[in-house]
Amino acid sequence: MESKPRIGVYICHCGVNISATVDVEQVAEFAATLPNVVVSRDYLYMCSDPGQGLIQEDIETYDLNRVVVASCSPRMHEPTFQGAAQQAGMNPYLVEMANIREQCSWVHSDRERATEKAKWLVASVVAKAAELSPLEEREVDVTPGSVVVGGGVAGMAAALDVADAGFPVYLVEKSERLGGRLAELNRTFPTLEPVADLIGPLIERVQTHPAITLFLNAQVTNVEGYVGNFKVKVTGQEGERQVEVGSIIIATGYDLFDPQRKPELGYEYPNVITSLEMEQRLFDGDLAVNGREPQRVTFIQCVGSRDVQVGNPYCSRVCCMYTAKQASLVKDILPNADVTVLYMDVRTFGKGAEEFYDEARAKGVRYRKGNVSEIYRRGERVVLSGEDTLLGQPFDWETDLVVLAVGMESRADISELSTMLKLPRSADGFFLELHPKLRPVDTAVNGVFLAGCCQGPKDIPDTVAQAKAAASSALIPLLKGTVPVESATAVVDADLCAGCGMCVDVCPYGAPALDLLWGVSKINAVLCKGCGACATACPSKAINLQHFTPEQILAQVDALVG
Amino acid sequence: MADSFEPKIVAFLCNWCAYTGADLAGTSRIQYPPNVRIIRLMCSGSVDSTYVLKPLLDGADGVLIGGCHPGDCHYQSGNYKARRRVVALKEILKSAGYDEDRVWLRWISASEGQLFAQTVTEMTNAIKEKGPNPMRQKWAV
Repeated sequence: MESKPRIGVYICHCGVNISATVDVEQVAEFAATLPNVVVSRDYLYMCSDPGQGLIQEDIETYDLNRVVVASCSPRMHEPTFQGAAQQAGMNPYLVEMANIREQCSWVHSDRERATEKAKWLVASVVAKAAELSPLEEREVDVTPGSVVVGGGVAGMAAALDVADAGFPVYLVEKSERLGGRLAELNRTFPTLEPVADLIGPLIERVQTHPAITLFLNAQVTNVEGYVGNFKVKVTGQEGERQVEVGSIIIATGYDLFDPQRKPELGYEYPNVITSLEMEQRLFDGDLAVNGREPQRVTFIQCVGSRDVQVGNPYCSRVCCMYTAKQASLVKDILPNADVTVLYMDVRTFGKGAEEFYDEARAKGVRYRKGNVSEIYRRGERVVLSGEDTLLGQPFDWETDLVVLAVGMESRADISELSTMLKLPRSADGFFLELHPKLRPVDTAVNGVFLAGCCQGPKDIPDTVAQAKAAASSALIPLLKGTVPVESATAVVDADLCAGCGMCVDVCPYGAPALDLLWGVSKINAVLCKGCGACATACPSKAINLQHFTPEQILAQVDALVG
Repeated sequence: MADSFEPKIVAFLCNWCAYTGADLAGTSRIQYPPNVRIIRLMCSGSVDSTYVLKPLLDGADGVLIGGCHPGDCHYQSGNYKARRRVVALKEILKSAGYDEDRVWLRWISASEGQLFAQTVTEMTNAIKEKGPNPMRQKWAV
């Protein structure tokens, strides 16, 4: 930029999120003394309308040509402040953020040292801001359509919404049928609606929808491109096909915990079955064990959930309710049988759930707080040996039929998609949403969204809600028709370029190419993703990654270390 | 001296994994020493040798480079490029008689807030053990 930098610095209190640990007034006073800073303020919530207005007024009043906001992570509000600056006539790339919340106030408790660190972070970003250059914002057209991976209830619900909006959907299902795990269930809780009534029409609609192309027995085997223009390779029995879409919805579901990983629970005995096997038995109306009607049926909750030893510390969220449902249905079929549920805690969130649990107990289902340490065989029956954790007493409980309420796990093959799409996973193994509260269906990869249990255990209403949310998000680029492409791309200084071709070798996107006539490299800005590998590899330092130039980074270093 | 010495560590974190992991440490309120000052880059593969050498020559006590785990790079292979560059850089530092263990390269994913906090704590302690950067020209905290 030709004109001298005139920087405005804005320190956010974020309510008390920052100001409780960082003396924001002191940081603002300090910032006012930094080179090129024309105005420095602190404010309760910079991201609020009045906060943004403050910046816009100052741009006008003080003729600012750079803005530094010290607040939350740029991953949170950079677009907000870029937009505010843009409205005031400033190029959005002249806005820079200092992360003094996630990377300062929230991780330190010593006020003096946190304030000191916040000052350094602000100084470093102010130094970078002085070196910033405006960048051009560019857009590319979007390929209309979405790929939905997974044909369970989440995938079907998402596919139908996108298709109903008028866009082509390619629904890829690994197995030979639609319906996923839901199709293996008997009735839903808490309404006891037969699953067939629910899923039948859904499958029918998906199969007959003119905008949905169905790939059964098929898998996504490669994904290239970016939001707006993905090239997805689908491999199935009929061979390979490449489809081009603007967005992708992942709805790959979950695996059930394998009870053989807890051999003490005696899953090899005919008396011990999983909750999924119980669904089939309830569907068939056949509860017999060894040819006889059971007198006692005992459910064990939290099998493979809330269990650090098997590596699943989380709650699977549905087992309490499906156990209440199954126990209640057993009581309906066998009113004289003793039906007992052994539980750690009963968690009945959700509409009508607590009421359903109360009804099950009123019906005569017994709830006993206890842990089972071993199940062994005694004649035709099995004995559950464990501890009643309310009474603090050991028990031996003879029973005819044991139902293990197995929890959910991330799919064994989840790493294939995770690696292919660079989708991060959380500590529980499921896909990681971009923000736990505000971006629950977005992922770190722009244009890729999550629906259902691939993101974590969920019941059907939550799964469908998330699927419809994912569909709405996936529709945004499709409806808009264009997506912004990376502006902070690499550029070649032809005067310095020796034409060695190192950049061509290191670029994973094929963005640089040698101009054979001039003997220098040229970077295709549409292909460049702005990683900076070429700039760092260039032996002549002829390539600069815009917005992260050596001048900018070293100015930050100087301010931090100098 | 050793007790009052608070090392100054400059961290270059890639936007997609390590920087996001550092944000997660914040969202999860995991506490760690305030000795690390973070500079955000798009990819660990863009960490130029000068980005590491400049702070060390100017007196930083350590440099941390954080990238995605092998196979997870947002740009496919940037972290491998970083790894090779850091190996070479450490060789050069060593041959110049400089303590190459002041430069750390770590893989920290977006979901590893705990690991980020732990890495910073470990590195701060390790550098405290070593004492101030002998190349330090100026003293400022």
